[in-house]
Amino acid sequence: MANMNDPLVLGGREFHSRFILGSGKYSMDLIQAAVEQAGAEIITLAVRRANSADGESILDHIPAGVTLLPNTSGARNAQEAVRIARLARELGCGDFVKIEIMRDSKYLLPDNAETLKATEILANDGFVVLPYMMPDLNYARDLVNAGAAAVMPLAAPIGSNKGLAAREFIQILIDEVDAPIIVDAGIGRPSQACEAMEMGAAAIMANTALATAGDLPLMADAFRKAIEAGRQAYVSGLGRVLVRGAAASDPLTGFLR
Amino acid sequence: MSGETSMPQSENLAARYLVDSPHLGPAALERKHRVEQDPSVRADIMGYLPDMDQIDPSIRNRVMAEMDAYDPAAYTAADVRRALSHDTCTLDDFKALLSPAAEPFLEQMAQKARLETRKHFGNTVYIFTPLYIANYCENYCVYCGFNCYNDIRRIQLNAQQIEHEMQVIADSGIEEILLLTGESPKKSNLEYIGEACKLARKYFRNVGLEVYPMNVNAYRYLHECGADYVTVFQESYDRTVYEQLHLLGRKRIWPYRFEAQERALMGGMRGVGFSALLGLAEFRHDALATGLHAYLLQRKYPHAEISLSCPRLRPIVNNDAINPLDVHETQLCQVLCAYRIFLPFAGIVVSSRETARFRNGIVKIAATKVSAGVSTGIGDHEEKYHGTSGDADAEGDEQFEIADARSLQQMYAELEEGGMQPVLNDYVYV
Repeated sequence: MANMNDPLVLGGREFHSRFILGSGKYSMDLIQAAVEQAGAEIITLAVRRANSADGESILDHIPAGVTLLPNTSGARNAQEAVRIARLARELGCGDFVKIEIMRDSKYLLPDNAETLKATEILANDGFVVLPYMMPDLNYARDLVNAGAAAVMPLAAPIGSNKGLAAREFIQILIDEVDAPIIVDAGIGRPSQACEAMEMGAAAIMANTALATAGDLPLMADAFRKAIEAGRQAYVSGLGRVLVRGAAASDPLTGFLR
Repeated sequence: MSGETSMPQSENLAARYLVDSPHLGPAALERKHRVEQDPSVRADIMGYLPDMDQIDPSIRNRVMAEMDAYDPAAYTAADVRRALSHDTCTLDDFKALLSPAAEPFLEQMAQKARLETRKHFGNTVYIFTPLYIANYCENYCVYCGFNCYNDIRRIQLNAQQIEHEMQVIADSGIEEILLLTGESPKKSNLEYIGEACKLARKYFRNVGLEVYPMNVNAYRYLHECGADYVTVFQESYDRTVYEQLHLLGRKRIWPYRFEAQERALMGGMRGVGFSALLGLAEFRHDALATGLHAYLLQRKYPHAEISLSCPRLRPIVNNDAINPLDVHETQLCQVLCAYRIFLPFAGIVVSSRETARFRNGIVKIAATKVSAGVSTGIGDHEEKYHGTSGDADAEGDEQFEIADARSLQQMYAELEEGGMQPVLNDYVYV
């Protein structure tokens, strides 16, 4: 039996859940139930997009003990992302930051070049930097070399629920990059989250899949189970796939003496 | 230590290689015997000399830890089947494929290896030739024909002689050359090797080096002189065996040799080659370490091209009893298939140490590069290529006996007959 004392380590901190929850697109009064059913220990917070009008604060709905992961959503370049990250730290949101930089308001695709610049600045500034990115091996390596604590490639366009559209590229990152790969954006179903975990992803970040589900807490529970199952399958080592009807050919090793 | 599980680790591991030349004087013989028999007079293999660059040891530490923990007997047929079914070969899969449990699966391994080779290289096979320009050596590696106590004809070609050899080789059609010297920094110093690289650039499109390990700045200089590929054979990754077989000289410093490829990349070289000399120590451990060394270095330097060789021990002048012990063709083929499956993108070189029959077979499975028109002696290409009798006084003895003496033309034709596409060069130095 594989050892299942299997924490996710980010910035020197150990987490026992591998499900990172988003906090957008749904009612604040559902956050607590979502966190509980998801078993999540990390929840993201869009600092720039937080509703700051009078009245209730989203922070009041996040259970104690859950690590806040402020993101820089809405930043259009590295400079803005750095500023938002520093504001979040000043507001008491901690040293974790998820960098999101988009120059495209339609698909919200991340800008890898600007993300790299922001990662370098914020890592040097003592942040635990988790960059959201297009799955590109060269940038992933550069991000880790610049100090990223993990890399968060998108699986499909954000909010699309289309699943592992970038599967082959994410697998390359998992195989080649010496940092946790957290699959972020596009995961629409528990089965897709499970598959990403079986591939060796370190964690899953999901938001829209839950926010658009019929019963949000129930879906959070389904995701939790799927992510745990995928992780267990990965750690245990997947069995072999039988290949049937392989073509018989002249032996290649017939020349050996 | 890894070797303890497999090879006899007696004090006399070197004994089967030892030969006393009748031409050694009493004082030299006494020194030779002392270093052979008394480990306490030998240098510490882990101690860098003052002039040696010391770099980050993390890759070396990881390779050693994995090698020491490897137990080939722990793997089963089920592990091998699982490894063969995976799209990506993990380190544990690689260990399974190198284990005795994989031997009954050799044909399946060959089929999978061929698929990987075809995916990355198609049916191409590169051809090159080595050129030995000197055979002086300051090391006493007991199994090597060039060792400093072996009584052979020593020679160092001068610039004119090097150029003549290069002309003869280039006229045969070869476009890639591998320059070799014995390991004597005094006789074959940096400037000498640099001048040879500059000459080689005149005649060849691709210049590789297989010379003694150097510091980063030296590699940078040789890159500027026209070389862009460095191969260093570690001989054995088993430190106990290494200590007993490499008794004298700079080569004895094991970590400095291990880190040569990384220093070469730091010096700007395009690619690096790795190898253990199979048959010196327990070969499964050495193969694991070789593959992992290459894998980790490519991971750290993603732009680097990497290649592996898989030489087995061969007889040498004055000792024709040297052989690769338990590494038969079947085991060699297993190692090459495992290398290919673990490192689908790596070049794999099979030299003229192996027979034409073996090389014709293995290029269809895993090898991507072969040598042709080979001489491991010094200054004798004209004689070997054209049958004209050269100046025997200007020729030096060979490093080892080769098993495949095919010329470029023969090799080219036989590869084509076997359905392969011979390639003479695939890279332009800029």
